[in-house]
Amino acid sequence: MNMIEVNNVSMRFNMAKEKHESLKEYFLAAVQGKLQFEEFYALRDVSLTVEAGDFYGLVGLNGSGKSTLLKVISGVFKPSAGSVTVRGTIAPLIELGAGFDFDLTARENIFLNGTVLGMTPKYIREKFDEIVEFSELRNFLDIPLKNYSSGMVSRLAFAVATITKPDVLIADEILAVGDFLFQQKCEKRMQELMSGGTTVILVSHSIEQIERMCNKVTWLEKGHVRMQGPCAEVCAAYKELNGHAQEAQA
Amino acid sequence: MAMWKAYCKDFWRYRYLLQNLIGRDFKLKYRRSVLGVLWSVLNPLLMNIVMVAVFSTLFAGMRGQGISNFPVYLIIGQLLFTFFNDATTSSMSSMLGAAPLIKKVYIPKYIFPLEKVCFSLVNCVFSFVALIIVMLFTGAPLHPTAVLAIYPLLTLFVFSLGVGLVLATLTVFFRDIMHLWSVFTTMLMYFSAIFYDPSQMGTFVVYGLSINMSRFIKFNPLYWYITAFRAAVLDGEVLSWNMVWICGICAVATLMFGLFVFRKKQDKFVLHI
Repeated sequence: MNMIEVNNVSMRFNMAKEKHESLKEYFLAAVQGKLQFEEFYALRDVSLTVEAGDFYGLVGLNGSGKSTLLKVISGVFKPSAGSVTVRGTIAPLIELGAGFDFDLTARENIFLNGTVLGMTPKYIREKFDEIVEFSELRNFLDIPLKNYSSGMVSRLAFAVATITKPDVLIADEILAVGDFLFQQKCEKRMQELMSGGTTVILVSHSIEQIERMCNKVTWLEKGHVRMQGPCAEVCAAYKELNGHAQEAQA
Repeated sequence: MAMWKAYCKDFWRYRYLLQNLIGRDFKLKYRRSVLGVLWSVLNPLLMNIVMVAVFSTLFAGMRGQGISNFPVYLIIGQLLFTFFNDATTSSMSSMLGAAPLIKKVYIPKYIFPLEKVCFSLVNCVFSFVALIIVMLFTGAPLHPTAVLAIYPLLTLFVFSLGVGLVLATLTVFFRDIMHLWSVFTTMLMYFSAIFYDPSQMGTFVVYGLSINMSRFIKFNPLYWYITAFRAAVLDGEVLSWNMVWICGICAVATLMFGLFVFRKKQDKFVLHI
């Protein structure tokens, strides 16, 4: 069964040469015919299919459109062309601290973020201890999040998002922040979710991690699909690029 | 029809989020203040005392003579106007405030203006304690018709939500609206019959235009909400037919317009905040 179908998706941004944020500026520019946009395609004609039970990896250099693609899949961006179909619930871990209010305490944030992800308060109360246990933050529950370190925030975010058993988990570079012990714990948790039927999409710059965990990989380059297929093949080709870069440097 | 069904389903799924966001605003508003939520009562009460004093001495001639219980007349106007002002002003910037969230997670966007209007309503309901205090203090009788005041309050809620949706949409594209709106609400305040009786105001000449106040003010929807509320609570009257349909139509029409504008532009929000 296909969990996610991305069909010929393009994402276009109008990059205004100057930003008009006031009415006066805007009308002046419009009257003078100076409203110019530079079109920028963050994604161009991208298609991919994620099947149930896949551990899908996305690789590519900075600016290749990985995060944009994840945002299109999770519904944050509406694609300029093409279509996206997702079956089931998505838990997006796109950026750290999405859905956290940094003035609130961790305890309050667990409830806020949980409901952002569509959980009921009753469910969160039941799972509260499990979340706290996993994030190892019991002693800091009543401290405002603004006083947390980035590692602590990411632990909390991961703990809340993975408590549900979502149908699809989207993880963008979230594992880069925690220490290696926590990274191992997260990988274990993701594998548990996988065996429970969750499909995972993972973006990582650590090619070793992708190789270790994924079964299929798409390699994006400047918004295009450069290569798509089984993990080993794509990763080998991607690593070759790295090799070329090092040669060029030398 | 399918559109409305989708709206409702979305809303049901995210009702707890709405609850939690209101709770968050509440906590943040009163965190670290000694008297906390009591300020929702004290603030309008103190304002009322100041304004009653001013309009009984300094501008005593301006308020007209036909008002039987001026403190209560005044605080009803104040409370409802403050609700409208709070609700629209805070929902205006709600999309900007929600930027960190909606850039990363999919959430139906109308939740945010809706949340702000709900939060203002909660505050407004708390501040009704001030109204009760003023009524007790001035010995105003409690009419059984007071329960009818729920109608102008609820329709004002819907009306404010409609206005808030339009403002939130505009503000995403033009931040100027925030500055303009505060000027506009100041003007609106003077034309909402908060501290005077319009039927006694006669005709004014403003910038060369002659304006009959008692007729002109009827174009202001806020005047109708406030007047209907006063009729029920202060005068012990059943709402007139005019009050019922004007309050209702203004609310529904504004909400429809607001939803239309908001829906049309909401997919672009994330690119501009």
